[in-house]
Amino acid sequence: MDFWKRSRRYVWIGGAALGILFLGAGALAGEFSVIWKKAVMICLECIGIG
Amino acid sequence: MKRLRLAVQLLFTIVTNGYLYGFLNGKIYRGSLKYACVPGLNCYSCPGAVASCPIGALQALLNRKGYQVPFAALGFFFLFGSLLGRFVCGWLCPFGMVQDLLHRIPLFRKKKRLPFHHVLKYGKYAALFLLVGAGSLFLFDGYAKIPAFCKYLCPSGTLFGAVPLLSAAETLRSQAGGLFFWKLGILLFLAGLSVKVYRPFCQYLCPLGAIYGWFNRFSLVQIRWEQERCVSCSACERACPLGLSRQEISRSAECIRCGKCADACPRKCLRFGGAGTPEEKAEG
Repeated sequence: MDFWKRSRRYVWIGGAALGILFLGAGALAGEFSVIWKKAVMICLECIGIG
Repeated sequence: MKRLRLAVQLLFTIVTNGYLYGFLNGKIYRGSLKYACVPGLNCYSCPGAVASCPIGALQALLNRKGYQVPFAALGFFFLFGSLLGRFVCGWLCPFGMVQDLLHRIPLFRKKKRLPFHHVLKYGKYAALFLLVGAGSLFLFDGYAKIPAFCKYLCPSGTLFGAVPLLSAAETLRSQAGGLFFWKLGILLFLAGLSVKVYRPFCQYLCPLGAIYGWFNRFSLVQIRWEQERCVSCSACERACPLGLSRQEISRSAECIRCGKCADACPRKCLRFGGAGTPEEKAEG
């Protein structure tokens, strides 16, 4: 029980590592260019026109 | 702490929205920094925005053909969430700062929460699952999926994207119709409500706050409570703008790590620290 309580303090490291892993998977799948293409055009929906 | 937080909020907003040319000419930044997301809700159609909005990025990925896992957006959420939790909301979100400033206006008797808070607080999860999730996957405009949260609700997009762009670009202004005025109405309603109630959008509607809230219990940045020094004076509870109890501070998905509890504690038994829940620190 004590082990689990103590190990919970370090869950953030696992979460951050998982985040980096997901970012890597996203990069391999070309997702960053999808985000970039959306972000560099004026998003008409966002500004209430589209 | 209060001044430090405002300085950090202002500085972060200016740095992440520092593309002045865009504001002057009604255009947006098109450089490579937009491959990455900022941690807070920051519309990428803001003329000054130099990076992408994480909720906008999630919707852009969900709007692709078919049904694919949005790994990159999940990566940003896990990374920012695990390190900072809702510290992002309290210190790094431009729209959170706007609500903070509006709440300082000395009008009305201030309230921490709306009536039926215990039900309304789940509104942000509804916004996340129904608008950001299901809306982006299943709502279509013709053959294209739509970013439903940005389109129908996001007040940050209206304030930081629509208002400056429409002010600067006549061609866009002439196209503004019912949808724009719907979103402007939401923005004005939330702005007015922010004067009376502390951060209504963050408490009840923000899908990004809902996501980071899940990480609050485990994130690196915590507010530590040294229980053995606490004299139960409740100064922290009175100071908490979100009305959280001593046990909920830092652990609750609602805590935005503003630090007002730490400022108010006369014995300094609440302070910013590394990972570890308050109870664990007290026992350890």
